[in-house]
Amino acid sequence: MQHIDTAEQGDPHLHADLKKHVRTYMLVFGSLMVLTLVTVGLKYLHLPTVPAILVALAIALVKGSLVACYFMHLISERKLILILMLATVFFFFGVLLGPTITELNEINPIH
Amino acid sequence: MTDVSTHAHPETAAHAHGDAHLEHHQLGFWRHYVFSTDHKMIGIQYAFTGLLFLLFGFSLMMLMRWNLAFPGKAIPLLGKILGDTRMPGGSMLPEFYNQLGAMHGTIMVFLGVVPLAVGGFGNFVVPLQIGAPDMAFPRLNMFSYHAYFWGGVVMLGSFFVPGGSAQGGWTSYPPLSDILPTGQTLWILGMLFLITSSLLGAVNFITTIIQLRAPGLTFWRLPFFVWAQFVTSFLLLLAFPALQAAGIMQLMDRVAKTSFFLPQGLVVSGQVLKVSGGGSPLLWQHLFWFLAHPEVYVLILPAMGIVAEVIANNTRKPLWGYRPLVFSVLAIGALSFVVWAHHMFMTGMGTVMSTFFQTTTMIISIPSVIILTCLILSLWGGSIRFTPPMLFALAFLPMFGIGGLTGLPLGLASPDIHFHDTYYVIAHFHYVVAPGTLFALFAGIYYWYPKATGRYMSTRLGQLHFWPSLVFINGVFMPMFIQGLAGMQRRLYDGGASYTHTAHVLWLHKVISFSAWGLGLSQIPFIINFFWSKRHGALAPANAWDATTIEWSAPSPPPHGNFEVQPVAYRGPYEYSVPDHPGDFFPQSEPGPETVSPIPGTPHPAHA
Amino acid sequence: MSTAAIPYTVDARPDTGLNNVKLGIWLFLSSEVMLFGSLFAGYILLRTGNPAWGAGSELLSIPLATLNTIVLITSSVTMVMSWVAAMERNLKKLRLYMGATVGLGAVFMVVKSFEYAAKFEHHHPPSYSTFMACYFTFTGLHALHVLAGMCVNFYFGFPGAKMMQTDPQQFANRVEVAGLFWHFVDLVWIFLFPVLYLLNFGPPVSH
Repeated sequence: MQHIDTAEQGDPHLHADLKKHVRTYMLVFGSLMVLTLVTVGLKYLHLPTVPAILVALAIALVKGSLVACYFMHLISERKLILILMLATVFFFFGVLLGPTITELNEINPIH
Repeated sequence: MTDVSTHAHPETAAHAHGDAHLEHHQLGFWRHYVFSTDHKMIGIQYAFTGLLFLLFGFSLMMLMRWNLAFPGKAIPLLGKILGDTRMPGGSMLPEFYNQLGAMHGTIMVFLGVVPLAVGGFGNFVVPLQIGAPDMAFPRLNMFSYHAYFWGGVVMLGSFFVPGGSAQGGWTSYPPLSDILPTGQTLWILGMLFLITSSLLGAVNFITTIIQLRAPGLTFWRLPFFVWAQFVTSFLLLLAFPALQAAGIMQLMDRVAKTSFFLPQGLVVSGQVLKVSGGGSPLLWQHLFWFLAHPEVYVLILPAMGIVAEVIANNTRKPLWGYRPLVFSVLAIGALSFVVWAHHMFMTGMGTVMSTFFQTTTMIISIPSVIILTCLILSLWGGSIRFTPPMLFALAFLPMFGIGGLTGLPLGLASPDIHFHDTYYVIAHFHYVVAPGTLFALFAGIYYWYPKATGRYMSTRLGQLHFWPSLVFINGVFMPMFIQGLAGMQRRLYDGGASYTHTAHVLWLHKVISFSAWGLGLSQIPFIINFFWSKRHGALAPANAWDATTIEWSAPSPPPHGNFEVQPVAYRGPYEYSVPDHPGDFFPQSEPGPETVSPIPGTPHPAHA
Repeated sequence: MSTAAIPYTVDARPDTGLNNVKLGIWLFLSSEVMLFGSLFAGYILLRTGNPAWGAGSELLSIPLATLNTIVLITSSVTMVMSWVAAMERNLKKLRLYMGATVGLGAVFMVVKSFEYAAKFEHHHPPSYSTFMACYFTFTGLHALHVLAGMCVNFYFGFPGAKMMQTDPQQFANRVEVAGLFWHFVDLVWIFLFPVLYLLNFGPPVSH
């Protein structure tokens, strides 16, 4: 996919590419709306605790990825940025959450 | 900006001061000195403010040392000035001692060392060393400095509110910090400012180093100082937000009466606290140390960077083990995020967590030792010049060695049972930060002063500063190991005088206090030197130390924009004593054949 | 070539493929991930460590929050359309979509203030329980970010839109970067919404 932000204004490909982008944005918008309604609807299924958390977080992850990949252009962005964000996410989950959860499990086991 | 002038002559003669001023388009006082967007001015602002805070924080400690040497005794003059709320009859109240302790730590770490090491040296040197005209975001840089400065003002202001300043240690552990007087809230507000300053600064440094390197300056040709600042910035970027979050929660606890850190049923002064409860004091500790451990690497890495530069320059040899140094600093950066709970071994931690953190803590000592070893081996076979910067850099090596080695028992849970919260801990970390980092920062000041001012600092005054400081600083911290081994607790305002098990080491408090005051007096030659040399120091050429890195090819002081012609890097950063090359150094940005620092023990490429 | 001009402010550096602001904003966003991440980590530690946590979601209005979610997601679409407008150098379109983005942000803030007011009215301030403490702190910090984003977007949509005439590519870059921040704020809400509003069920604890 051509890097739109470095293209010149008079570039004939620019407008065509932007139109393609706009179509993608609308598709993503629709998906996000549907997923939002699904998330809320699932609450009324009254699932047990652990599956409920997992499903809700999974849907949130999908929605978040859609926003990040398409609205934030992450899917067409340079590898450098992708690596930075993946590293950050790794740091957060693996590093801050991991040992903290381990400690909790010894105090109040969730099994 | 990709123009490569092959006939560039980076060794342009030092511009007269007049030229430099013409380039400023006649900026007024405020735009030039207060709201500057030039990285050099901002660096000097950070350095100056940082040094003032270091002096202030040191003075707080010198005051504490009186009470430790002579518990309860009235202080001659200061008692009257500080008034009855702090020192009735000249005798220090325990609450005031605690204020001094908490603020000494906070000021030294957050308002002194980091601003000087990162804000000061980083801002001034990094763009010059990578051949850039300025930082990537000059206005953001200015904003960062002001966030720091005003955060510092808020912090200092906390001394003057009823109840005094923060007094729960620099670590501000709840539940105590949740119920302390107003000064603690100001501490939190000050920290929020400081953290914002550092976060934005980190964004600036990382972008600058990645994007603004001169043509030919690949990552593997970067001076080690730049690598150190690069890793440091990542530590600040990713670790500080945890303390920002914790600070916000503690602010909510104090102001909105929430219970993030307050357990149910907490009894204060005989009464149950009327809060919802359900909070966890351990949550603060986790978030605080998640920052504060990487923070200590923020304190040491720029210092190691400075020492590396000074050693390479004053041995007239390339650094030994450039690649191991780089890999080690990267490893330290990554590992520093997974060792934090070694500050929490005594919190009732389970064995799984304890084993994990002991293991990671032991592992992180390896790259630290590699760095120290490479720096020491860099001396081997060198033509050592004992300039003032080199004196401080040399002293750094054994001092950091002591600090690092004494950390090992603290990183293992079983000896930590004995050492936690004793004077042993104080001795350990001060060895790393005081004769460690602080000496390295002094080395940096003596080293880069000619670049910033066009004049050398006086060598004689430098020696008068160095030798007494070295003696006294050891006099302050070495005895603390002995006191800690005897079980003397830290943060006691009478220095443990009310306990029998430490009675036999109480006398050491007097040794330490007199050494501390001697250390204070030893800084006078430095202060005089710093100001006197600006006008009367010996004139220095642009390349004051016959150094190789790119900053030395700019005029002293560099004009706005730094370089008349964009520098290009042709070789590695430490091409000293290159065979078949005239003189004993080959500057990085001087046109000529490309060379690479030889691996010790193998023939130089020129001979291959 | 002026040595005072900073390279790669608009054009991308060849070997990294990025201009300075884009790298800068992603770095800033990674610190924001750690900030909100720390809050989430705190929430998890508090909730799992406290058997008396009790139901919190019952105290909140799911319909209002669902509305807010839809509002923010829509504002993300209008934001990215503003960037398209900037790339097309279309001032009218830019004003339209930026105005919509700021307007939707304002709707979010108004709904939020209704929610907060209702909480205080029913005697559920932050000090009521650890859950309410989390609710107010997390959504409050998020709301401050929404406010900041609104100010930046308003500036680029209206007083700052002059730059589209003088330096169109730099302007488009800045709108894109402002958009990245705005999308991130939306992203945080996408996680906050289920965690606070949908997952805190259980027997309520008597106070």
